Amino acid sequence: MSFIKLTASTLAIAAVSATAAAARDNVQVAGSSTVLPYASIVAEAFGANTDFPTPVVESGGSSAGLKRFCEGVGENTIDVANASRAIREKEIVACAENGVTDIIEVRIGYDGIVFASQIDGPAFDAFTPSDIFNALAPKVMVDGELVDNPYTQWSEFNADLPAADILAFIPGTKHGTREVFEEKVIAAGCEATGAMEAMIAGGMSEDDAEDACLEVRTDGRSVDIDGDYTETLASIDANTNAIGVFGLAFYENNTDKLKVATMSGVVPSTESIATGEYPVSRPLFFYVKAAHIGVIPGLKEYAQFFVADELAGPDGPLAAYGLVSDPELAATQAAVEAEATMN
Amino acid sequence: MTDATNSGAQAPKTSLIAHDARTKKRNSAEKRFRAYGVTAIGIGLFFLTVLFYSILKSGLPAFTTTVLSVEFTMTQEQYDEAEGTMLKTAKYQGFFNDGLAAQLAETGVEVEYDAKTIERIAGKTGNLIRAHYQENPNTIGSPVTFDLPTSSRVNRYINGEFTKDEVEDSRFLEAADLDLVDVMLASGTIRTVFDWNFITGKDSGVDNPGGAGIGASVIGSFFMMLVVLVLSLPIGVAASIYLEEFAPKNRWTDLIEVNISNLAAVPSIVFGILGLAVFIQFMHLPQSAPLVGGLVLTLMTLPTIIISTRASLKAVPPSIRDAALGIGASKMQAVFHHVLPLAMPGILTGTIIGLAQALGETAPLLLIGMVGFVAREYPEGFIQGFVEPNSAMPAQIYTWASRADAGFYEKAWGGIIVLLAFLLTMNIIAIILRRRFERRW
Repeated sequence: MSFIKLTASTLAIAAVSATAAAARDNVQVAGSSTVLPYASIVAEAFGANTDFPTPVVESGGSSAGLKRFCEGVGENTIDVANASRAIREKEIVACAENGVTDIIEVRIGYDGIVFASQIDGPAFDAFTPSDIFNALAPKVMVDGELVDNPYTQWSEFNADLPAADILAFIPGTKHGTREVFEEKVIAAGCEATGAMEAMIAGGMSEDDAEDACLEVRTDGRSVDIDGDYTETLASIDANTNAIGVFGLAFYENNTDKLKVATMSGVVPSTESIATGEYPVSRPLFFYVKAAHIGVIPGLKEYAQFFVADELAGPDGPLAAYGLVSDPELAATQAAVEAEATMN
Repeated sequence: MTDATNSGAQAPKTSLIAHDARTKKRNSAEKRFRAYGVTAIGIGLFFLTVLFYSILKSGLPAFTTTVLSVEFTMTQEQYDEAEGTMLKTAKYQGFFNDGLAAQLAETGVEVEYDAKTIERIAGKTGNLIRAHYQENPNTIGSPVTFDLPTSSRVNRYINGEFTKDEVEDSRFLEAADLDLVDVMLASGTIRTVFDWNFITGKDSGVDNPGGAGIGASVIGSFFMMLVVLVLSLPIGVAASIYLEEFAPKNRWTDLIEVNISNLAAVPSIVFGILGLAVFIQFMHLPQSAPLVGGLVLTLMTLPTIIISTRASLKAVPPSIRDAALGIGASKMQAVFHHVLPLAMPGILTGTIIGLAQALGETAPLLLIGMVGFVAREYPEGFIQGFVEPNSAMPAQIYTWASRADAGFYEKAWGGIIVLLAFLLTMNIIAIILRRRFERRW
């Protein structure tokens, strides 16, 4: 029967492929969707400039990438995890349990997080972290009292802001960006407005108050975006008054559609982030499995190539795309060269 | 509505020609129903037109590209210098930009420009130039004319997506640059050509929309469909023949039937999770490979094929079976010589529906690592096509649609056109096969 022949040949193909799979010759990368653009630029250049095959870069988010990274050592696990935040203690432990003990941490540069609104919408040029907190927290300080958030318009708590309905599109919880947003904006606003003190005075422990600070209101004025920035952009396009949270590089590529908001009076740009003037920025990382160096061809070369001055330096293609280059790049290069693992 | 009745002749009381009130009511109900039907088809056609119009309008620009024609000579020293650096392609790009500047200086342009302007107008060309000299080392030292892509923003300007007044000066493009672009357009240095690279090329980095092509992921989809077809058709047909013709009717077969029907309704992402756990983590098959993608999609397609195959086996008149058995054929002979050939058109229809569904699926591929910067190289051979990392068309389209540079948005729409063309080809093959198998009685 031809069925039997077909099935037999399929099995044969599967068997051959299983043996072919035993020798992976390309670097396999996964993780943060914020780092993905930079990694794809590096991967394309790496393939075009060296004799190694072009690495595969998958997306999926920092946490998902690190989880796969920590699955174990071997050719069917990834070699590099991209992350828009530093690896957590918990993840290092999980890694170690699966035998991934030697991890090389590589910081590639910094990324700014910007607030932007529709190009035809009202101008938000007087933001402070307190304003974002007042707009988005479920409980805020009004006349020294902690009350349920009564605000519906920005101008109600800051006369310098437009009289527009509050509507914000913020990154969902699986994104590394959310963590930076919470830490640098919401938590800062919580402290600055005195809401945190009021919570502690109201009988909360310090840890609980910190957690309570990071909550956002659930009445539809703050919307979590689980997809990527294109989804946020589409939402902003459809809502004149809304503000959204973007990465600096994404904003700079879409200046024809977006108007950027200042934070504490500083306009976000690669310069203001590099000097530390603009407050909401974060380092970007990738993590290399040291046990794979020497097994997967081109892995160390890829890491070295990524952080070379020609790529990640201030005049390189990564900076041209929107990465804020790391002033301490030389130290990173040395660490990669020496294969210096964490701890 | 009722004046359509032929009441020309004067009607006697109980006429067969003139209609009474009840008949009129029934007739008008029928007319109404027909009108609803026509309206429904009209709405369907309207949306189809809108869909095709918007796809073609947004997608067709992806098939053309604007190129800069520059003639320059690469000297041996320049070549050695470039090959000696780390980021060789950037060096080659520099040579190209210098060549363009020299060509502009020669022809004498009245518009003001500087080296930065040229950098902003030219696309990422280094990869292509290096590839050219790697393949043709004998052209070093003699003049070569390169037709290489402009930057994606210049391309979009020439496509008429924005005007000079709408340009906000940024490090990617300044409004004044477009004056030079206009001059070069007039002199023929910048031309619009058909972009073969879009159809045959590979995915590119996010800063290089002009270099992106869907070719590699078409190959990925092709290998995936091959796996799906080769696995799901024989397994599906064998399973349904057994269930329909041979299996005893008892509680077990009922249970299996219910489960097959349920499987057809399982969301595809679930199959992705299953694929990750079974094929990659347990069976250690390679990640991001069309083989694994095909296996996952096979699981998804099987229920569709089984259900439609069983339906078409059932539709074969019992008299055919009886006649075959009556002249002494065994049960298996009756099924394979008489029933199966007659059921073939229906089986093919079911298969093509299943394959079409599998072709457009992105969600399960997300979990087995086929989304991202994956379709970046062609497989080296037939076997490698199954196991080397590759993407698939819908995954590639999804990736492009989520990139920041608007140049990729256009590519995503263009990718949809290619996907539809692929689907159409598959359907045409199925129709031809079905015609061939079709037998009337």
